[in-house]
Amino acid sequence: MAEVSIRKIVKEYEGGVQAVKGIDLDIADHEFVVLVGPSGCGKSTTLRMIAGLEEITSGEILIDGDVVNDVPPRDRDIAMVFQNYALYPHMSVFDNMAFGLKLRKFPKDEIKRRVDEAARILDIVPLLERKPRALSGGQRQRVAMGRAIVRNPKVFLFDEPLSNLDAKLRVQMRTEIKKVHQTVRTTTVYVTHDQIEAMTLADRVVVMNGGVIEQVGTPNDLYHHPATRFVAGFIGSPAMNFLPCRVQDGANGGLAVRVTDTIVVPIPPARADRYGAFKGRDMVLGLRPEHLFEYHEQGKPNWTRIDLPVDVVEPMGMETMVHFFVEGAPVCARVDPATHAAPGETMPLTADLNQMHLMEPDTGRVV
Amino acid sequence: MADGTSIPIGVMTPRKSAARKNTLRAFSQRKSTIGFLLCLPLILLIAGFVIYPAFYAIYLSMLNKKMTAFVGFGNFTFLLKRHTFQLVIFQSCLFAVTSVVLKAFIGFILAHLMHNIPGTRQRIWRGLLLVPWVIPLALSTLTWWWMFDPSYSAFNYILNELGFANVPWLGVGWIARFCTITVNVWYGTPFFMIMYLAALKSVPEQLYEAASIDGASATQKLFFVTLPMMRNIISITILFSLIVTFADFDIVRILTAGGPQDMTHVFATYAFQVGIQSGDIPLGAAVSLFMFPILAFAAFFVLRGVTQRTKEIAT
Repeated sequence: MAEVSIRKIVKEYEGGVQAVKGIDLDIADHEFVVLVGPSGCGKSTTLRMIAGLEEITSGEILIDGDVVNDVPPRDRDIAMVFQNYALYPHMSVFDNMAFGLKLRKFPKDEIKRRVDEAARILDIVPLLERKPRALSGGQRQRVAMGRAIVRNPKVFLFDEPLSNLDAKLRVQMRTEIKKVHQTVRTTTVYVTHDQIEAMTLADRVVVMNGGVIEQVGTPNDLYHHPATRFVAGFIGSPAMNFLPCRVQDGANGGLAVRVTDTIVVPIPPARADRYGAFKGRDMVLGLRPEHLFEYHEQGKPNWTRIDLPVDVVEPMGMETMVHFFVEGAPVCARVDPATHAAPGETMPLTADLNQMHLMEPDTGRVV
Repeated sequence: MADGTSIPIGVMTPRKSAARKNTLRAFSQRKSTIGFLLCLPLILLIAGFVIYPAFYAIYLSMLNKKMTAFVGFGNFTFLLKRHTFQLVIFQSCLFAVTSVVLKAFIGFILAHLMHNIPGTRQRIWRGLLLVPWVIPLALSTLTWWWMFDPSYSAFNYILNELGFANVPWLGVGWIARFCTITVNVWYGTPFFMIMYLAALKSVPEQLYEAASIDGASATQKLFFVTLPMMRNIISITILFSLIVTFADFDIVRILTAGGPQDMTHVFATYAFQVGIQSGDIPLGAAVSLFMFPILAFAAFFVLRGVTQRTKEIAT
């Protein structure tokens, strides 16, 4: 097990296209770090550079304190799980898992012991003699993980390992991966475009966009304290609502956010200091759907009532998503499933502005 | 009729005919029937041009020289006792096996080299290396024949320039055998190269990446990833080439006509000499039929292996 450090790494392809634009990242021993971001954000390229499968244009990668820029993948002591599993189709499950150990000339007994141990952890003991063809997607993924575990490497690298699985199996395998990490405690770098996967698995999440790191933090950090509009919109499902607004004077000497002529909501006093400097400026208000509620008279005092016409209602059993438009901007509220909201009707809403975010429209910075 | 137990005779005929029509319609609508009917032209072609000549050759091989009497396996036993024919069997096997092994080996190396040449340049090289395969064999063999000429050949000119004596390329048994094999390898290697190149391109890149991370060197990747993934293509290409090379006629016929002293004859050229030139068609047919069991034996084992591996690794 080891620490991984990335120092200003850049990946530039032929033609001058930069996939990764000088990122810095320190991953602690035993840590589970997830690189997340949309397609083309450079997360997989970063992972492949750590693995040694992609050349680094500039910068340094250190594993356990040693610069590994020019070290071939086989000498980096890492293991990788690929999106398409990359199992050797002509080898049995046992041979697939044992391949790396055989190449490193481990004694036969030791190979058997390690493969059996990994198979037991992953619950694939009955599959050891089968060929990959005879396995389901989930089983193949376990074998791919087993191949990584048996090596007992310094670092595990996962490249979107659950993308090829159906939704149910993905949830199941997510738990399996977390369980395996809790058992073996190997430093792990995991790449995904699925923010739920990132939030549920990671000790720390690295949100990437356009070849740079937008924010690094714990899942709760990113959720509650996003640094940029991109992170605020990327983390959380359904995504955060963004409404153009203006900060202005409110009642009793406080501040208020004016969204439209009819929607003016007071900023909680606790946030007044933070937002005071932005008085009179056009900003973007960010509110998560779970912080919008159906208004009830007996609800919290001083919460402003806003009436909005319902566009679409999506009942999901444990909650209901209600969609609206405010001056052309889409807004989603996650409300109690007992709601009587119906498309075309007006629904009284209120918001927990203690959870609001205010962003600069030009830089996207959360203030 | 009213009680439903008796049916008037006049009504029965149309019902029967309707039932027959329905049966015919059902028969014609069955997928297997349509499939058979669609394949029928090809079946007839194969029957006319392959099965009939094959059985006719078997029939011919069991007649005497004048084709007036049935001699059973007489021609075969006669051939097996003849020293020349024993030499033909040996030479055919030597010619086919050596050529195929060399073609497979050189084709494999060329395919690998080609695979590592990037983009446009690869297309140019691929085109150039395919030239021997697309030139009509009879023409290219004539060119080789010129190059092997004992007095005026390009090879001997080079040897002379380097201070060596002339080599009678097509005049000495073993050298002539070497020459026929060389021309066959020159002609057939591009086929192996293109097949192997296609196979190489179909090996998923991630397998190599996984092998790199597992700790495999370039040689280990070749033996543990590339070769196992290409085994089916290698087997099929070798089988196909073995069949074509065993049946080769043009090269030997044009270069040496079987000489010197029958030392380059293969089944096809010997069958031609015995059957057509010497006028013993039954004996010629018997010679050509000797190829069949050898190739059938090879085909059986190769195809069995291919089927087995396909079942194992298909995803």
